[in-house]
Amino acid sequence: MSTMRSPLGRVRGLGSAKSGTAHWWAQRLTAIALVPLAIWFVFAVLAHLGAPREAVAHWMGRPINAVLLLALIIALFHHLHLGLQVVIEDYIHTEAARLAVLLLMRAVVALLFLTALIAILRMAL
Amino acid sequence: MKDAPSALRMARNSDGKWVERPLSPHLQIYRPQISSALSIFHRFTGVGLGVGTLLLVWWLAAAAGSDADYARAAGFIGSPLGLLLLFLWTAALVYHFLNGIRHLAWDAGRGFELPQMHASGKLVLGATIVLTLLIWVVGLMVW
Repeated sequence: MSTMRSPLGRVRGLGSAKSGTAHWWAQRLTAIALVPLAIWFVFAVLAHLGAPREAVAHWMGRPINAVLLLALIIALFHHLHLGLQVVIEDYIHTEAARLAVLLLMRAVVALLFLTALIAILRMAL
Repeated sequence: MKDAPSALRMARNSDGKWVERPLSPHLQIYRPQISSALSIFHRFTGVGLGVGTLLLVWWLAAAAGSDADYARAAGFIGSPLGLLLLFLWTAALVYHFLNGIRHLAWDAGRGFELPQMHASGKLVLGATIVLTLLIWVVGLMVW
């Protein structure tokens, strides 16, 4: 059967986007990880309403809680940037504007993630 | 053909006959229905939760900072505006969480039949209201 695709393109099997299903798959993986982590987080917030800073920081700094918080923000900000990327690509049609907004979104998400990361590490270490 | 929108919907069918056909979904001619509304709402709450991470990061940074930092963050969250944002954030989180599980079920090839899809959609909406209120009742009790 004849095909319009080059032999190299067929071997790579990645289509015109060149990334295959990686984006889709990462969005699902992080979603699945966030199911138990979100439930845990809601209970954690409820348990610390009105608590003094010292008690909250002590609780967040315990290894098990710090690990779960780190897992939460890694999955959360990865999931967020994948989702926002799709929204931006869907609604911004001008090439230059789309690229600018994508880069800005990535920078903001990365900075938020790093701030959360430093905060958790500071309480845990 | 009555007007321009209907003229845009004219196309030949497989017998070569002219028929009026719907175009791909466009907001101006697309009748709102639960499937599309919940899909748009999933996106909307996702973006909203993204903005809401500002509050999460502020809380974490304040907890790692000084008592004054924490008092400022807790003061904002406890203010009327803060509580309103936190309530909307809770509702968005519960909805995005439940509808996300619905999406994962679809990814696994389950629940695609229209009656099932409508039923699961209504279930997600109802459970969002119940769970959001439950979290807030518990929250206000322990606060």
